[in-house]
Amino acid sequence: MFTGSRRLPGLKRSVRDPGAFIRLARSNLELWANLVIIAWAVTFAILQGTGFAITLGTVFAIWAILAVSLNLVVGFTGLLSVGHIGFFGIGAYTVAVLTSNASYEQLRTEAIPTFGWPFFAALPVGVVLAGLTAVAVGVVFNRFRDDIFVLVSFGFAIICFNVFLNARAVTRGAFGIHEVAKPQIGGWVFDDELSFLALAVVFLLVVVLLSWFIVTSSFGRVLTAIREDERATEVFGYQVTHYKLTVWVLSAMMAAAAGGLFASWTTFIDPNSFVLLESILLVSIVILGGLATIWGSLLGAMTFVLLEEGMRFVPGLPDQYVGQARQVVLGVLLVLLMLFRPQGLLGRYRL
Amino acid sequence: MRRRSWLSLRSSKRTWESSDPAGPIVNDMEEQNGPSAITRENGSSADAESEPLDGPFILEMVNVSVRYGAVSALEDASLGVRKGEVVAVMGPNGAGKSTVLKGLMGLAPVVSGQVYWRGERLTSATHEIVKHGIAFVPQGRRLFTHLTIEENLEMGCPYLRDRAEVRRRMDSVMELFPVLHQKRRDLASQMSGGQQQMLALGRGLMADPELLLLDEPTLGLAPNIVKEVFHTIAVISDRLGTTIMVVEHNIKGVLDIVDRAYILDTGRIVFEGTPTAVRETNILAEVFLGKVQQAGPDEQ
Repeated sequence: MFTGSRRLPGLKRSVRDPGAFIRLARSNLELWANLVIIAWAVTFAILQGTGFAITLGTVFAIWAILAVSLNLVVGFTGLLSVGHIGFFGIGAYTVAVLTSNASYEQLRTEAIPTFGWPFFAALPVGVVLAGLTAVAVGVVFNRFRDDIFVLVSFGFAIICFNVFLNARAVTRGAFGIHEVAKPQIGGWVFDDELSFLALAVVFLLVVVLLSWFIVTSSFGRVLTAIREDERATEVFGYQVTHYKLTVWVLSAMMAAAAGGLFASWTTFIDPNSFVLLESILLVSIVILGGLATIWGSLLGAMTFVLLEEGMRFVPGLPDQYVGQARQVVLGVLLVLLMLFRPQGLLGRYRL
Repeated sequence: MRRRSWLSLRSSKRTWESSDPAGPIVNDMEEQNGPSAITRENGSSADAESEPLDGPFILEMVNVSVRYGAVSALEDASLGVRKGEVVAVMGPNGAGKSTVLKGLMGLAPVVSGQVYWRGERLTSATHEIVKHGIAFVPQGRRLFTHLTIEENLEMGCPYLRDRAEVRRRMDSVMELFPVLHQKRRDLASQMSGGQQQMLALGRGLMADPELLLLDEPTLGLAPNIVKEVFHTIAVISDRLGTTIMVVEHNIKGVLDIVDRAYILDTGRIVFEGTPTAVRETNILAEVFLGKVQQAGPDEQ
């Protein structure tokens, strides 16, 4: 859909030329990756039952929104950001604080003001707040490139985590926020898993379409040019910093929308969901799927979710090791990927 | 004779500076054209190849110095380009040739001096300079290798919103370079070095520039391709009437196509004149090989 399907003309040639056949088989790794991962997901869903499939789908949709939005920055523009989880957190916390209606006095822990807003009123606030933060941060970050950019985005993720943890008057720190409201349109509440999945998929579709529109427009072409050669792009009169800032802010806003969904889905959030590690996992998903491909990010998110949830069912693996084991598996997978396919499953560019 | 005309140009500029440092140069330059036109006419009687161009400089650098930290790349350089001219900037490695163009485009830190475009001061913001109709083709081609040839060409005109006009310009560029038309949907990385240079030139032309700045357009190309590039530059100048300023290390080739040449040595302009004048003096030997009397045995 979003990656080129230019493989077929090679089939005819491959009949005559064995060398071409090997090349075709190798380039068809993309096809294999698609088939295997989708088949894996379907099998998994069938084996584990509908309820589990719905949960899996919702987790996938949230990670996929994050991965697609991050790919705009990392893949299409070439800014390797590991601070994306910060925007996810801003979205989640805004929705949580504004919609939560918990009576904290009864919990005998720190009380924070409750607003009791509906989800769809709080979400735009979170998205805009993340956008404003992205503008402020992006103006500074625009001064940096390459490895320095990685470091400052790293710093941003840590700052966000510490704010979530320590701004206790707003976030309740490590206690977390309870009773985040479920989305509601009119009298219809998305409180069962299936309807929430539908909502998450709608969000994902909007993000994918928006991203697709961005990368296929002339704006997207300039982003590609910036990734290729920023100085040369400047020479033609493009104000590179404006382009970079715009895509950075858009990407942050998408991540905040995912954050809002996440908070509402789990109904409880605490700072542990927004640690740096999550951000690095997110970058791994993008690299796994491939830079500068939307479909690749979806596939990467699916692989990650399957690995994450699938580890639960590995026979002989005690429950308490599942969390660590999936990080090990993902790490090994990334090392293998970098060794044998540095452009990721579907990507055409290397990091 | 040429050198005298260059010296007179310099001295008259100094008097102009002392009288009115911020005023437009256009009028002053017109006054100057009296004596310098005569010398040029004398020159053209000696060689028929160079057609003298009259009129004021459309682009003028006045006493520009560029410094990268403590390193001085260009010192007190003054030069100008007339409408329709092809001007070469030559000199050995590290003489500051490319710095001249970068200084013009706002890509190098200009610490003193001014750049004038049609008598008005140019800002140092690249995106503003481009709007005046100045296009820069950077050294080493700097193509966007993961974009197609068409997309690369489109990158050349950032401020053009009219799709039909983009199409028209692309067609005329492809008419000039038929090879680009054949491969228009290929990625730029799939082209040979010579074709990439043609694409880089074409991308510069997409802005429909009045002044085209070329930085080492023949760098790293095979000799027959080098010839082709020079021919193309001449064609662009003839057919489109584009004013061209070209920085080149390939002296023989570039002298055949330019109207005038500036020679730089260690950040200073040491000579200005027509190709014939350059050939008549031994200025090139001096700057490229060092002064004859100072040259050691291994240098000769």
